[in-house]
Amino acid sequence: MDQQRLIDVRDLRVQFPVEGGVVKAVDGVSWHIDRGETLAIVGESGSGKSVSALSLLRLTELGGGRIVSGEIEFRRKSGAVVDMVQQPLPVLRDIRGNEISMIFQEPMTSLNPVFTIGFQIVEAIRLHQGKSRREADELALEMLNLVRMPEAEKRLDEYPHQLSGGMRQRAMIAMSLACRPALLIADEPTTALDVTIQAQILDLIKTLQREIGMAVLFITHDMGVVAEMADRVVVMYRGEKVEEGPVEEIFHAPQHPYTKALLDAVPRLGAMRGQPLPMKFPNLEYGRDASEPATAAKPAADAAPRPADAGPLLEVDGLVTRFPVGGGLLGKPKAAIHAVENISFSLGVGETLALVGESGCGKSTTARTILRLQEPTRGRVVFGGRDITKLGRGAMESVRRQMQMIFQDPFASLNPRLSVADLIGEPLRIHNLASGKALQDRVADLLRRVGLGPEHARRYPHEFSGGQRQRICIARALALNPNLIVADEAVSALDVSIQAQIVNLMLDLQAEFGISYLFVSHDLAVVERISHRVAVMYLGQIVELGPRAAVFEDPRHPYTRKLMSAVPVADPRQRRTDLRLMTDEIPSPLKPWGFEPETLPLEEVSPGHFVMPH
Amino acid sequence: MIALILKRLVATAFVMAFVAFFVFGLLHLAPGDPAAVIAGDIATKEDIERIRATLGLDLPFHTQFLNWLGAIMQGDLGTSIFSGRPVSELILQRVEPTLALTTTTILLSVVVAIPLGIAAAWRAGSWIDRTMMGFAVLGFSVPVFVFAYLLIMVFAAQLKLVPVMGYVSPFKDLGGFLRAIALPTVALGVTYVALIARITRASMLEAINQDYIRTAHAKGLGIVPILFRHALRNASVPIVTTVGIGIALLIGGVVVTESVFAIPGLGRLTADSILRRDYPIVQGVILIFSGIYVLINLTIDIIYILVDPRIRY
Repeated sequence: MDQQRLIDVRDLRVQFPVEGGVVKAVDGVSWHIDRGETLAIVGESGSGKSVSALSLLRLTELGGGRIVSGEIEFRRKSGAVVDMVQQPLPVLRDIRGNEISMIFQEPMTSLNPVFTIGFQIVEAIRLHQGKSRREADELALEMLNLVRMPEAEKRLDEYPHQLSGGMRQRAMIAMSLACRPALLIADEPTTALDVTIQAQILDLIKTLQREIGMAVLFITHDMGVVAEMADRVVVMYRGEKVEEGPVEEIFHAPQHPYTKALLDAVPRLGAMRGQPLPMKFPNLEYGRDASEPATAAKPAADAAPRPADAGPLLEVDGLVTRFPVGGGLLGKPKAAIHAVENISFSLGVGETLALVGESGCGKSTTARTILRLQEPTRGRVVFGGRDITKLGRGAMESVRRQMQMIFQDPFASLNPRLSVADLIGEPLRIHNLASGKALQDRVADLLRRVGLGPEHARRYPHEFSGGQRQRICIARALALNPNLIVADEAVSALDVSIQAQIVNLMLDLQAEFGISYLFVSHDLAVVERISHRVAVMYLGQIVELGPRAAVFEDPRHPYTRKLMSAVPVADPRQRRTDLRLMTDEIPSPLKPWGFEPETLPLEEVSPGHFVMPH
Repeated sequence: MIALILKRLVATAFVMAFVAFFVFGLLHLAPGDPAAVIAGDIATKEDIERIRATLGLDLPFHTQFLNWLGAIMQGDLGTSIFSGRPVSELILQRVEPTLALTTTTILLSVVVAIPLGIAAAWRAGSWIDRTMMGFAVLGFSVPVFVFAYLLIMVFAAQLKLVPVMGYVSPFKDLGGFLRAIALPTVALGVTYVALIARITRASMLEAINQDYIRTAHAKGLGIVPILFRHALRNASVPIVTTVGIGIALLIGGVVVTESVFAIPGLGRLTADSILRRDYPIVQGVILIFSGIYVLINLTIDIIYILVDPRIRY
């Protein structure tokens, strides 16, 4: 093996036994990583990218996977070259966490909740380095400082649930780098994080890579992250490598049609420059499930030009939602979480307003409060000219027919024991609107509308893919012919190509039925595609509100700018070179009980474009 | 954390006060006059009044309750109306075998069941797992008395390793106690081994499939620290709960069994005292049992707080 070569994977095949056969998760894949190099393996769910990564440490075996053939040659610190596939467990354990480390997608669930951060780092150090308790403690603190953990000393004695998502991932990185590995495997390490935190973590990994001189294997579905991080790229599709090359070539001269389709489906921030209206994604043909409909095939009605004179469907005026914290049966609460703080906006008929912001900014609570799934602390919600904040149970029920919700997780929001027909028909039965044959016909019709077939009605949710399930959720939301659909991160959990299809479907439905969307999302690039107007939320308040083009092309509030600059650009030529090792986090929305924040009225900077004074 | 434990202690005190009031009130509402029972059939009205006055039964309800409560605080549960002996002494006589058997049974169950459950979860679907779970089903379904007679037949009658029956206090002869208690412990324990092993398996299986276990593997940890350190502590809340419920069931179950089979234990004492309207004994027994239950619950709560930092909000 070449002296520069760190790991060489040849003809790797990994299979998972299933009832009546095997799933070929990785099917004859070869690639290599040199010392200090960053290789990104990119692909959508089910492409085998994570399985390839886990196979390096033979961790696939935990999930029942079997390496059926191939070699994984790894150059150890001692210089010896070993085939990981053939090594016995003691040798593997000596390499794991010591010479090859791994960080995972979900920093919350990847750290053990019942042990302190310090304990978990020290455990890794003592396991591999034979250090005394005190030396290990010192090194753990040093590592936390290295990953720029704020107040590192205090964190050693804290538990994972006391840390924010970004800090947890820092702790995870500190743990995996404590033994100075030659290779760090990063499996979607920033997917669960907010964009500004993602930018911090990516910068951190790059900096540490330089400081420690390690190679990085980056597993991701996000082309923006690939462009930001990788030296070379391997594109995987259904267990096979379809393309491999230097990052510039992959982005600027992709050869394989799948790579091209993948790049086309990537929502790019700024792609809509000069376009006032929402627009569908082009070219979604490659690799569609046979059952996925060809939404892109009919380019008609790219967007509903919003009826200019229609009055607002929804008006929100001075909405405040707070959650009391502490206090017993009789005692007064000690504090309150100020989730939504004096929010006002309106939404027109057939219009899409996006609420964007990072986790904890109150965007989801705003949506839930509007539907009164959460009671407001004060403020008014006027829907169809009627104040619904004071409506009784019965009256609210009939208003809710007009407003439906789609949630982020299409797996969790469909009851697994009900058939698709029951799921979609349920709203109709609850409101006594259809039964028997009429109900069946309506369900079949709804399924067709969202691009599924009537034959799907008798199946159960687990038989569908993620994208199809989200279509079922949309069909259920459409069942009552609502005027308003609140989509809470409705496409965030989906692969980019599926995400693009669902966005296109939502745009088609809006054009056809004149539905208004309140589109809650953290993903600026998707928001840019789908919305007419955008409201940026920060700490429970709207800091900027205006037509999408105005907000995206001329952001005025510093937070909006920060948010936009944190989005990784899917173009390696525009890679950020200044690594700002920021560690700032969003301040806590927890305030003492009775605290009344000062809220400034928004100022209009151009027609319809409002900014909070800063 | 200390504050949280103190909070639990205060809550426990309230529960006990409520139980005391409830026990006292309930028995006074029950029909029948203890003074009349003690005096017998031929007593005159004056005799009964005199007895009532001696016992303080003529005082108003709240005075009686406060007197009683004050005495309890000093460890005095009163005197049996019927035999004239102190209630605490009567209860103590009967309670030792019951508590001893409960303790040995639970200890045996925990020591056997938890490693079995962990092994079954670790090798889920293997022969270890299937054998284990088969045994668990057997443990649930074979009645205790069948199993007990089988044990007696083999170990006491044929091998003569242990006595057939009887009880020896551990404070007098520890070896004799262990020999005497061995068979009943095993007989009673089988069900609890099965129960706790099953819960341990289910709970461990869930923990083993969590992401942090994958992290532990990726660190290079061996299987023993992964199972016993990383997984077991996360899996422990349901296990602790089950063990607690097991103890409560054992104590409660013993009372019923004793009554049915006329064994002169704590259960028999309770039943007899109810028939004689011997208020102080009934009150004492219920109070002691409630106290044990509340104590078990308190212990479980405190263990929760210790094992899972997320509960220490």
